[in-house]
Amino acid sequence: MLFALCALAGLLVVVTLFDLLYQLAGDATPAISRFGLGFLGHTTWKPGFNIEGAGALIYGTAVSSALALVLATPLGIAIGLYLSMVASPRVRATVGPLVEMLAAVPSIIYGFWGLVVLVPFVDHLEPGLHDALGFIPLFGAPSTIGISVLSAGIVLTVMILPIISALSRDLFLTVPEELKDGAAALGATRWEIIRGIVLPSTASGVGAAVVLGLGRALGEAIAVSFVIGDVNAIHLSVLQPGSTLAERIANQFQGALNNLHVAAMFYCGLILVVIGMLTSIAARAIASRFDVNRTLGGGVL
Amino acid sequence: MTAGDRTGDGVPSDHGPPGRVRLRTESTPRSATPPSINGGGPEPTRAVVFDIRDMAVYYGQNCALADTSLKVYRNLVTAVIGPSGCGKSTFIRSLNRMNDAILGFRLEGRVLYHGHDLYGSGANRVEVRRRIGMVFQKPNPFPKSIYDNVAWAPRNLGMKHRLDERVEQALRQAALWEEVKDRLRDSALGLSGGQQQRLCIARAIAIEPDVLLLDEPASALDPVATASIEDLMHDLKHRFTIVIVTHNMQQAARVADRTAFFSLDITGPARFGTLIEYGDTETIFRGASDSRTRDYVAGRFG
Repeated sequence: MLFALCALAGLLVVVTLFDLLYQLAGDATPAISRFGLGFLGHTTWKPGFNIEGAGALIYGTAVSSALALVLATPLGIAIGLYLSMVASPRVRATVGPLVEMLAAVPSIIYGFWGLVVLVPFVDHLEPGLHDALGFIPLFGAPSTIGISVLSAGIVLTVMILPIISALSRDLFLTVPEELKDGAAALGATRWEIIRGIVLPSTASGVGAAVVLGLGRALGEAIAVSFVIGDVNAIHLSVLQPGSTLAERIANQFQGALNNLHVAAMFYCGLILVVIGMLTSIAARAIASRFDVNRTLGGGVL
Repeated sequence: MTAGDRTGDGVPSDHGPPGRVRLRTESTPRSATPPSINGGGPEPTRAVVFDIRDMAVYYGQNCALADTSLKVYRNLVTAVIGPSGCGKSTFIRSLNRMNDAILGFRLEGRVLYHGHDLYGSGANRVEVRRRIGMVFQKPNPFPKSIYDNVAWAPRNLGMKHRLDERVEQALRQAALWEEVKDRLRDSALGLSGGQQQRLCIARAIAIEPDVLLLDEPASALDPVATASIEDLMHDLKHRFTIVIVTHNMQQAARVADRTAFFSLDITGPARFGTLIEYGDTETIFRGASDSRTRDYVAGRFG
């Protein structure tokens, strides 16, 4: 009886997932039948003229998430290393939970913070960035008020940082003390131990943590909608406003002009779910490679 | 001298080599000279590698080891024996500062290494370990290839010149080369326990240390692997000074030139490990001056 209940609960997950996909696809049908797969590449978004394409949204999603990964990966690994290998136990016990609490902050709060604190700061930062790195197309002429893809990238960085740092810290703590002692007994410095022993033996796990962070960044709607501007344009420069798939839905669903507009946003949602599933599969694949290493390692790792 | 003498009853023999004349002191009245810790035979005339003076080790409030003074001589195998909890591991791990990472670790007294205080303000922990290598109880090869296990530390230290030769040399010295020469790129984790331990020895000697500390290196191995490690030590002592901790008295008798017996001091309220007696292995096993040493080597406790 109990087992049947558990099986039912498991079944519920599967049913929910498939129903979700089914409903999304159903509600998106008007847009799918009208725009087809061309929706993915088309960059115009004019609901008033019944023309919608997700090209700019996909681009904005990719760029803002990539920015977040580029910033959060080294920072998160550094925090993980600090908390697992450098900090005293007291610092570890204080800062560790704080990092995890960062993950518990609701995304709407990150949106507020982004708008009130980050955007004005980025507004001051951007002219300098442009002057120094303007020769790289990524840092073209800035928008005037700090609302930009860069701001979105930074907000996302803060949001995925706790995922990457907490997971990588836990991974670094799984490296056996014997291995670190063995390396130390060979006259290795702490940094040599980290680079030569700790990072290589946890690399795939850290990779999976990064992909999990990416999954969160790709799907974030509210916080991004506060700082990115919802401008349907593809700019090489991250100092310009832009838009992402999730953010577009959050911004426009309430005031949708017509059924096609709504269907186009469901289509965006469908794309988002598929991307999310792909990242989840990727994380799983990377992590299972890690598991294979473990079993091959004869339990040493 | 035959094997019979090794397993003999310890009766002094006039036919022994000069090195064993000291056994005669057993039959002479002992009261003439009060037994001292370093009473086991004459001091070797070799260079002193470690001069340990009044070493005491604390972990927080707990004293793990106290009143320990001894000298470790160059190119000899020095064994540290004693019952569990007598501070053997604490002692050997203090010789290359492996205890530093343990919370609350504190060392009193002095550990002089070729006259330099290992715990002095000028001593660099990383440099200390580079000269004083260590092999642990449990084989701990890195999850890398056999080659990279040996080459890792030399690379770190910039010894990249003729690295292949260095790796081969180290593996040969560790008596592992013939077994692994065709699969240097394979994972070290695929080796047997005994091979892994010899790999760890190869890894340690690849950076040409001065001293090898072996902390119960054979305790996790089968008798055949143990024998190969012991054979190895006879060869290695010509190039390195070796200190080995072992709970296996026969092993100490087989491999060591000098033996230090540690035990728990239970005379006071606090229990801590301490050096009871130190001398030539023959003396410790056949004519120890302290009754606790005699009881231990006779297998009456421990």
